[in-house]
Formats: sequence, structure tokens, C-alpha cells
Amino acid sequence: MMKSFISGNIAIAEGAITAGMRFYAGYPITPASEIMEYLAEKLPRIGGITMQFEDEIASINAVIGASWAGVKSMTATSGPGLSLMLEALGLAVITETPAVIVDVMRAGPSTGVPTKTSQSDVMQVRHGTHGDYVIPVFAPWSAQEAYDLTIKAFNVAESLRTPVILLSDAVIAHLWESVLIADPGEVEIVSRRKPSVPPDAYLPYKPDDDLVPPMATFGEGYSVLVESLIHDERGFYKQDKATYRSLVSRIINKVLSKIDSIFEVETYYSDDYRYLLVSFGSTARSALAAVRILRKSGIKAGLLRLKTLWPLKHEILKKYCEEAEKVFVVENNAGKILYDIERVTEGDKVVPLPLLDLEIPEPKDIVDGVRKWL
Amino acid sequence: MPSGNSHPLDQYLRTARLPHIWCPGCGIGIALGGVIRAIDKRIKEGVLKKENVVFVTGIGCSARTSFYVNFDAAHTLHGRAIAFATGAKLAKPELEVIVIGGDGDIAGIGGNHLLHAAKRNMDLIVLMITNFVYAMTGGQVAPTTPLGLYTTTTPHGNPEPPLNVVKVVSSLNANYVARASVTHPLLVEQYMYKALGMRGFRFIEILSTCPEVFGRHIGVRDPLTLYNSLRSKVIIKQSPSIDESDLDWEKGLVIGEYLIRDNPSFLDRIKGGSK
Repeated sequence: MMKSFISGNIAIAEGAITAGMRFYAGYPITPASEIMEYLAEKLPRIGGITMQFEDEIASINAVIGASWAGVKSMTATSGPGLSLMLEALGLAVITETPAVIVDVMRAGPSTGVPTKTSQSDVMQVRHGTHGDYVIPVFAPWSAQEAYDLTIKAFNVAESLRTPVILLSDAVIAHLWESVLIADPGEVEIVSRRKPSVPPDAYLPYKPDDDLVPPMATFGEGYSVLVESLIHDERGFYKQDKATYRSLVSRIINKVLSKIDSIFEVETYYSDDYRYLLVSFGSTARSALAAVRILRKSGIKAGLLRLKTLWPLKHEILKKYCEEAEKVFVVENNAGKILYDIERVTEGDKVVPLPLLDLEIPEPKDIVDGVRKWL
Repeated sequence: MPSGNSHPLDQYLRTARLPHIWCPGCGIGIALGGVIRAIDKRIKEGVLKKENVVFVTGIGCSARTSFYVNFDAAHTLHGRAIAFATGAKLAKPELEVIVIGGDGDIAGIGGNHLLHAAKRNMDLIVLMITNFVYAMTGGQVAPTTPLGLYTTTTPHGNPEPPLNVVKVVSSLNANYVARASVTHPLLVEQYMYKALGMRGFRFIEILSTCPEVFGRHIGVRDPLTLYNSLRSKVIIKQSPSIDESDLDWEKGLVIGEYLIRDNPSFLDRIKGGSK
């Protein structure tokens, strides 16, 4: 274990290296570029490749190709680049390709404010590509957690054969903090399951009991078929309802069935709160400060921080919300996880606190927003 | 499985998936035959290992080749095969990664990736099967459609001259640029064989026949008539100059090896930089 003073972007790069990532492809974009710059220097020294492509579309497609060549792969971008990547995100879903896509959020729509922060991509990372699917999404609130959740993102991607999104933002990107970097063997690193049968008995999309198919990759003699069309267990295109339902259901359920290991929250002052603030990412730092200010003036506030933004475990959200008189959803956007919280609560106890701030929100703004309702 | 005597090249095909989807008179099968014969020769020579061959395709009629070859294969997104293939090759350099697509897939929607792969002299073979039309979607204008032609989306005539992809790729840093035609299958095989023995970016355009869709647009639905018509336009040259490469239906369509060189490839260059 080594303590390093690094930014959130570098923490993501270091987390990916710890997880075994050896192929990075990307295109310059603020505020994500430092991830590629750091990896361009470092990856070749440890036998990997960092490649700047002609656009984000090429980057994510190359990441998928590299993953099929057997190498853990990653790309990072911000909102506009993510918009370009969305078609290929669906390719990774249907071909069950392990890959990590980092979205360092900035303000939108469109070019927006490239250098300022936002949390407005929540819906895009969950639902942006067409079709039916569930993609795990993790949102760090510190440089240390950027490191830790990047490792988790790779472990989930590899064990479930799915793309995973790490949803960071411009504040986390450029926040310098002390981070504990693990030595080899100090953290659990998961790699994709390989086939246990010879090539002539191998079906590339035949799942094991956990709904995840073992993954043969290029150059191993398995004649694998990577297929973007709806396909059967052999990878053959099929247009019938049974094959379609079976594949789409399995791709969704292989993720949902592991929700207990995917879904994580953290709570503060959860023993005796009357007012619950729900937040995530960099904004949760301000929300925690606001909770402490409220506590000092005798108001029993608590914080529920989502580390996982998708899929959500509704019963856990429900449990925390039920114990509160009022639930304040604090997010740096026009209201996104608000809908998830409204879904798990009854009556009118949910209060939206959409901040649209461009900076990390001032705790005072949150405190004022809460006080109005007391 | 096929009954009776199997073909010597069946080992390279997923025979369980046959018959294929291509229309009667389609040239893609002829092109694929030439490509597979060249691969077979290189495997028998010991230059190539079957398990290292990867076919990467995008979307379109030509992209369906990945369905039928018994190699590692990827049927990916429209236009993105070169990007996917680049990732696979960089991650595992011992692979021989072959991209096949139509002119719409490779030079239309995928044009930017083509340019940059050629600029990098990326270690890939890209085969562009040109049928002058978007066939799978029913006959819309394509990058190579002749000027003035009526298609389903140019009902008043195509206002754009065709894209000369050979000239575009030749202007970059590719090591090999050739144009073949399904009317001369031995040259398809010969150029592919050559490409398999080279490094860097290798590009072969293969002119092809599409009687069902392109033939309908030009009023030649009969496969043999269309085949003979294309054959009559094709001019074979030993060392054609780039200036002769325009898709000129009046003067003729010049096929041959436009560019052969042995410059360091992308992988050669980054090996020096990864100390």
C-alpha cells in the first residue's frame, strides 16, 4: 500500500492499472483528458497501450475490440463524447464485452460549459443507448473512491461480462487528495471466466448458472462470433421472439441478480434523523457539510449517499426514506435521482433541491433550501 | 453439415450457417472465395495460423461475411469495423485482423476511421467490396454511385461524382493499395495473398456485381449480363498510376496494384516508444 497525493482523474487511471487494464483508447475532452495523458505516459512502461483515436466513436469501438482480444480495456470522456459513444455502448451490452467507460461530467446540453461541473448525465449513462439493458453505474465522491470504484467497475465488468460506467465529475476530476494505492495482491482483482470446454463444444453465448457465459477471446482457437444482432447461444442471428426474449432477459437479469454486490450506499447520522438528504458524487460532499451545519443548530438531519446509481435497490432506498419526515434530493442538475426517490416514497415528503450550480454547491445553499421546509 | 463430398475450403467456413443470404448473382461470394483461398495458401505455407485470423465487419451485405467464416469473427456496428479491428490488433499483435465491408460501410459512415487507419499505417487488411449502392437497405445512393444515377434517394439523379477511395487511401501512408474485381477472381486471391505477406495498412477495393439492387437501377437485372458488363469496363494494368484510378465508366475501371511499399507500420513505430 502506498499513499499518493493525486487528483481524481489520476486516481481513476491508477485504479484501472491496479485492476489490470492494459488498453486505453480515448479522445481529448475537458475535464477528462488528464486520464489519457497520465496513461499515455505510464501504460507503455508496464506493457500496455494508450491510444488517442480520431474520435470517441473509434475509441469505444477499439476498447471493445481490445477486450475481445483478451485485454482489460477502458475509455474516458465527458458528456459530448459520451453522446458519441452511446451506439457502441449498446454493442458492448449485446456482445457482453467487459469494458469500463468513464464519464467525467461537465455542464450541458451540447458544448455547455466544458470546464465546469454538473451531474446531469445520470439518465444518459443509464438509458442512453437504444434497446433494453441494465448497465452498472458507480459515482465516486473523493479521489480515494475514484480509485476504489474504478477497481470495482472492472471487477463487475469482468465477472458479469458487461460494460460498466464510472460517473465522475469535473470537481472530482481536479480534486487533489491523498489516495492509498494498493500493491498487487492487496485488493481482489477479478478476471473474466474462460471456457472449460474444448473449442468444438464451446457456445460463446451459453451462460453458466449465474447467467454469464464463459468468454473465449480472439486467437485462442475457439472461432468466437462477436454478434451485434440478436443471437442464439452459438452467436447466430435469430429474429424470433423466443431468442430475443431469452437474450435480452438474460442480459438484464445477469446484472440484476447480482444487485447485492453492485449496489452500495453510505449514510451519515443515520441513527436519529428527521430530515434525510439524498445525494451522490461531489455534491454529496456539500450535502454532508450542510447536514453538519443543520445538526449544529439542532436540526436532526442525515445523509444518504448513493455510490451506485444503477441499478438501484429500491428496498434500501425505501427503508431510509421511510424513517424521515422529509427527504431532500440534493443534486447538481435539474432533477434526476429525484425520480428514483419519489418512486420509493409515499405522500409528499420528497423535496427536490436541484442546484444547477456549475461549481461544487455551497453548503449554505443546501441549508437554505432545507430550512425553507422546516 | 453438407452431404456428399465436402469442399476443401469448408474447414474455413461455418457450413452449418449455409446457405448464405446473398442474392443470386451477388459478387460477394466470389470475393470471399478469393480471400479464403489466399488465406489457405498462407496457412499451408506456415506464414499464418488459422487461430490468429480475425474477421471484423460492420453492417451491410459484405459485412455478413463474418457470419460464414470459421475464424474468430466480429459483426459489429455500421462503419466501426476498422476501429474495433484496430483495438483488437493493438491488444494482441499476433492476430491477423481482416476487415471486410461495403463502400458505404468503409468509406461512407466509416470514412474517418479509414483515413486515420491509413494515416497511421495501422497493421490491418481492409477489403472494401464496392457494389456502387446501399444494397441491404434497398438501393440508396452510395459513396461510389456513378454521377447522375437514379437511386431510391436520388430520384432526380445522383448529383455527386463517385468517391475514388483508392486515390484517397493512396494519399495517406498505406503500405499496399490495390483494386480488384470479382470479374477477375484470381486477382482477388493474388492481391490478398500479397497483402497477407506484408505489414502495415493494406487496402484492397474489390469491384462487385449487385444485380438485385444496383442492376435494377441501371436496368440490368440479369446477373450474367451485369457480370459481363462490369467485365467489359474493367481494365487490368500491371502498375497503374493513381491518376488512372478514378471510377470512370466511360474510360474504364482500372484494376491493379496501385501502391506497394514496406514502410514501418504503426506497431513497428510504437515498439520504439514503449521503453
